Amino acid sequence: MTSVDLVIIGGGSAGMSAAVAAYDAGLRNILLLERGNALGGILLQCVHNGFGLHRFKEELTGPEYAYRYEKQVRERGIPFKLETTVLDITADRVVTAINSEDGIFTVQAGAIILAMGCRERPKGALNIAGTRPAGIFTAGTAQKYINIDGYMPGNEVVILGSGDIGLIMARRMTMEGAKVKAVCELMPYSGGLARNIEQCLHDFNIPLMLSHTVVEIHGRERVTGVTVAKVDERRRPIPETRQYIACDTLLLSCGLIPENELTRSAGIPLDRITNGAQVDQNRQTAIPGIFACGNVLHVHDLVDYVSEEAEIAGRAAAAFVQGKNTAPACEIALRTDGKVRYTVPQRITAEEDVRVYFRVADVYRGVTITVRDGEQMIFSKKKGKVAPGEMESVTLTAAQLSKVKSGCLEFSLCLDEAKGGESA
Amino acid sequence: MSEIRKMTCIVCPMGCQLVVNLDDNGNVTGVANANCKRGVAYAATECVHPMRTVTGTAPIAGGGVVPVKTDRTVPKDLMIACMMVINETPVPANAPMGTIVIRNILGTGANVVTTKDLLGFN
Repeated sequence: MTSVDLVIIGGGSAGMSAAVAAYDAGLRNILLLERGNALGGILLQCVHNGFGLHRFKEELTGPEYAYRYEKQVRERGIPFKLETTVLDITADRVVTAINSEDGIFTVQAGAIILAMGCRERPKGALNIAGTRPAGIFTAGTAQKYINIDGYMPGNEVVILGSGDIGLIMARRMTMEGAKVKAVCELMPYSGGLARNIEQCLHDFNIPLMLSHTVVEIHGRERVTGVTVAKVDERRRPIPETRQYIACDTLLLSCGLIPENELTRSAGIPLDRITNGAQVDQNRQTAIPGIFACGNVLHVHDLVDYVSEEAEIAGRAAAAFVQGKNTAPACEIALRTDGKVRYTVPQRITAEEDVRVYFRVADVYRGVTITVRDGEQMIFSKKKGKVAPGEMESVTLTAAQLSKVKSGCLEFSLCLDEAKGGESA
Repeated sequence: MSEIRKMTCIVCPMGCQLVVNLDDNGNVTGVANANCKRGVAYAATECVHPMRTVTGTAPIAGGGVVPVKTDRTVPKDLMIACMMVINETPVPANAPMGTIVIRNILGTGANVVTTKDLLGFN
């Protein structure tokens, strides 16, 4: 069995950023494994712009963002294998993979970085009644057909779910001559960025039907239409609001799920909210030497944050291999109150400045984000509005962390006054 | 009559909820709630002549598609017309990233450029 210092699983934005950071921290014997036929991952089909505003202070398209990192990987001569699927990883860091050139092979890794990304919630997970004709796609699949394969999957479109990919595809299909009749969103608010509602829907007068869902799919060979209905506050369809919309295509943009089959098989504990591994501030999982970053860890809004997180994991994996890891200075568990749904990381083991990312459970206006050590408030910040679709962060300083007594920090949202803080 | 218009800024992912004051002639006299100068500039343009970057794909001569964008914004009303022109203009199969495919598309002053390297790294 060959050994390498670091195996990175996934050659998308997380994997490439992690590889570059690990190399720059001194590691040379790195192997990057990518399932697709090119580096870049999902960025390659995201031909729209808006990437890189934080990182590069300019607005790039997905392929341009990917290109910048692929260039860095290639300039450093970091070895990678394409069209290579990892079949298994073990807790003692043996990676089993397969491709058509090497067959099945195993590698002993000094450290592993999980960067497999996420996948879309499929039709099968949505329980929609009716027939199963052709013409039902996840938004990302339609995006691949149009932007990579140059093939238009339909002419008259209804989109279920208002996540960013669904919104982007509403615009993309309209630009290519399709008629997007409606975007239905089960929740009373969109899961997508406000700018995407504006530039993808409003620009083209595409209706966003909040608190609506698709209750039935019609058609034998091909989709002929869908029945949509308004839902009540418990998200149950209201029968008298049913309406038929003729269409030949239904796109699903109903959420992204971190792709953690390998993580599970290695026995790495997952967070049941994020569906990603539980990690410390270095993005190290509960198994020493195995790290996770990017959308396999938790679904991000912006690739810029994926790159940032992957660099943390890359540097930490390098330090692990180089034996530079210091003993944990502390063991602080991060907890949430439910209004804050999750944090990443979930635990902190060093007294250094740590940026903690989190998402909230609902749209709240007029809130104070607080972090408490038992009764002691160690951080608070006012915020006009928070929403599940927009990731928030709080930076805890080394000084704050060194004073934690209870071994636990609770992240919560206080609604400011009864009036201003109603849930919207 | 003067007017107050609310709009979502699309310049960056923050999505600031701008409040724009317009005078009787439709000129912008004030922009509130913008977290940066670019938001103020966006509101001023958006109220008078909305502009957008067009992104999409162009056909490759011999088959397939390559991602492209306009290298500056074009009038919002011309976005779909631009896309139709782009779809009719094949790109050479060995075009490096940034190749100008169409100059001054529809007289907008914007060039259409490729955003992927068809040459590959070598």
